[in-house]
Amino acid sequence: MKKPVIELDNFTWQYAAQKEPTLRELSLTIREGEKVLICGPSGCGKSTLAHCLNGLIPFSYHGEMHGSVRILGKETKDLSLFDVSKMVGTVLQDADGQFVGLTVAEDIAFALENDNVAQSELFRRVDEAADLVDIKSHLRHAPTELSGGQKQRVSLAGVMVDNVPILLFDEPLANLDPATGKQAIELIDEIQKKTHTTVVIIEHRLEDALHRDVDRVILMQDGRIVADAAPDELLASELLRAQGIREPLYLTALRHAGVSPRPDMCLHNIESLRLDDGQKAAVRRWFHETPAAPKAPERPVLLEAKDIRFAYDNGFEALHGVSLTVREGEMLAIVGRNGAGKSTFSKVVCGFERQQEGTLTFAGQSLDALSIKERADRIGYVMQNPNQMISKVQIFDEVALGLVTRGVSGEVQRRRVEDALRVCGLYPFRNWPVSALSFGQKKRVTIASILALDPKMIILDEPTAGQDFRRYTEIMEFLRELNARGVTVVMITHDMHLMLEYCRRAAVFADGRIIADASPADVLTDPDVVARANLRETSLYALAVRCGVDDPRAFVQRFIDHDREVREP
Amino acid sequence: MINIFNYIDRPSPIHRLTGATKLVCLLLWSLAAMVTYDTRILALMPVAALALFAVSKIKFRDVKAVFWVTFVFMVLNNVTVYLFSPEHGVSVYGTRTLLFTIAGPYTVTAEQLFYHLNLILKYFASIPLLLLFVCTTDPSEFAASLNRIGVSYKVAYSVALALRYIPDIQRSYHDISQSQQARGIEMSKKESLVKRLKAASAILIPLILSSMDRIEVISNAMELRGFGKGKTRTWYRGRAFRAADILCMALCALLLAVSILSTALRGSRYFNPFI
Repeated sequence: MKKPVIELDNFTWQYAAQKEPTLRELSLTIREGEKVLICGPSGCGKSTLAHCLNGLIPFSYHGEMHGSVRILGKETKDLSLFDVSKMVGTVLQDADGQFVGLTVAEDIAFALENDNVAQSELFRRVDEAADLVDIKSHLRHAPTELSGGQKQRVSLAGVMVDNVPILLFDEPLANLDPATGKQAIELIDEIQKKTHTTVVIIEHRLEDALHRDVDRVILMQDGRIVADAAPDELLASELLRAQGIREPLYLTALRHAGVSPRPDMCLHNIESLRLDDGQKAAVRRWFHETPAAPKAPERPVLLEAKDIRFAYDNGFEALHGVSLTVREGEMLAIVGRNGAGKSTFSKVVCGFERQQEGTLTFAGQSLDALSIKERADRIGYVMQNPNQMISKVQIFDEVALGLVTRGVSGEVQRRRVEDALRVCGLYPFRNWPVSALSFGQKKRVTIASILALDPKMIILDEPTAGQDFRRYTEIMEFLRELNARGVTVVMITHDMHLMLEYCRRAAVFADGRIIADASPADVLTDPDVVARANLRETSLYALAVRCGVDDPRAFVQRFIDHDREVREP
Repeated sequence: MINIFNYIDRPSPIHRLTGATKLVCLLLWSLAAMVTYDTRILALMPVAALALFAVSKIKFRDVKAVFWVTFVFMVLNNVTVYLFSPEHGVSVYGTRTLLFTIAGPYTVTAEQLFYHLNLILKYFASIPLLLLFVCTTDPSEFAASLNRIGVSYKVAYSVALALRYIPDIQRSYHDISQSQQARGIEMSKKESLVKRLKAASAILIPLILSSMDRIEVISNAMELRGFGKGKTRTWYRGRAFRAADILCMALCALLLAVSILSTALRGSRYFNPFI
């Protein structure tokens, strides 16, 4: 047996500001060269565990600890943060925040510079690390010139450069589009095989994280480890669903078809999945027996964009003739890779930018003569980061801001604010300061402040980015309720599950054009669209093909409709 | 968007000087321009500065925006000086050569015009060097060379870090201001100053709060990679001083010396052609 590199023994941690321990009596051993995935719902303590492994606990966060954490046989509390960082290299969730240097090369060199490594040696080792993650052609680039995936490569090179024996990835997929996320998992796998490091990945997107094999999955809840098992065993059990972790979609589909997953079926990956003929037949039978959902009736047009062309001041043409129709009461996803024109398009719709060519009509009226403020009475825009929108101390004042600037005061103002707060489930907090709220609640405050203006349509930029499954569900269910009340919802997103589960239509942007406008099932089964928009083909499609379903596209649609029905009583 | 440090990467002898050299030269040069009202020196400095511009391969259009901003500032400066003290030149030079009178106390004298000429020359003497510094200094190399001339590396790095985040902050500012405009915060010039100041706070508060979020992430990221561990650190973009660096600093020091000396020898800051 290989020697242990990480050993937790009866470890308990309580933050100084909290009443209860965040981690309770954890015991865990990770051995040299292992690849371990740690997952669990939000608040389960997985990020705190990461802090314990990389030394931020107990050196940067304060609190009380019992038991022991040993890295390479040494008790971390007897070392310093710097000693621990020599053994455990951390790649943080926010690759942009982790990017400290002004250019790629400087960022990779950062740890070595702090170690007083001579300049000639810096050049050599930076080149080596950049080679390893394949970013060498970008050494002189600034962070703003890189994509999310490239920034993550730089982060990885920045810790690899120090030859650390243990790599820790804190939610590596959180800010990446599906295709880039897949590449990230492949890269981690490749690096581990090349360098024989021990790898710990913390991630709640299980299906994506299992794209490459891991040795063990550790499932946490309420600060405890509830499972420590091979992926196949965990996937076959009911534990994941019980903990609110999303299991891979193909497994859900199998369960719908009455096939119970067993550990010996190689469940961790759709490509390795073993199905016998009986099980395949069961999937086909389910497909034929499940009725197709009725088509929704066509509703009147709300927003119509025709041949929108837009170029920025520097001459970069971001939209080359985009046409899109949004109907009343729709829930529409706008997808595509970064820089494809999704955000620019929504800015043009809101009037933040003005198109050079093309027309915009809303409920039959031209938008072109309307100011930003006037458009906002019709179309609300919710930014990705709620902290970028909130400017008042009190929740009530924040939600009332738009009304105040529109001269609505007194009783009418109070009623509209309270209505918006009720819709968003924030009425009990109306006299609270905004700072007392959680991230998800702040998001709802920003949505409430938009709803107070009573827009017919709202556009949300990445409503669930960086959120785990529980918060994601909370936000999305809330948006669905809003939608049921008649608000048209348009979401800019990277998240394939989001569009599959919640949208009936997806408009796919690529290079300033719309390359597909169809149901999410159709989009995610079209290899050309998937490739151009940096999406991933859904595993449901692969499952349907594997089982010999005659119409795999329809299978995906059927699954989504059925799943939605099951979840929506 | 306007970048404060608008580094333009075009190989030239000026680019090859270290950032610290350029900073020291800029300070010496500006001090020289500030100390003296010797028109001969002030007239020579813009000529020399323009020559340096030619050497640096920075074109006028690269610095157009900043140039016009400072130009407007210079005009304002001159106008206010004249408005508040239309015969300042007379008291400086001790003679009064009246050319004509505009109205009331607003006379035009040769002395006043000469004084304004000096004021304008001062701008033209110092601004080009500032622009040159901004355009030819690679921010990360600048941090490294600040450290080299004795500034603590933590301070030097925070300069580099600020520069790293300026584009991000500008982008946030832009996004926030758009979303606040949608809520009805008016930023246009139609509004009164008070309203616009209020509007600015509606943007600044979210800007500060969202920037605070980042600070924890950055400081964790830096500590995790050993920042602050040792008393010293090395720099990937660091460069050693070369003979040219020493020479440039010596020349600028000489310029300051001449400027001070001419003042001291004359016993007055002003070169006076009227006596």
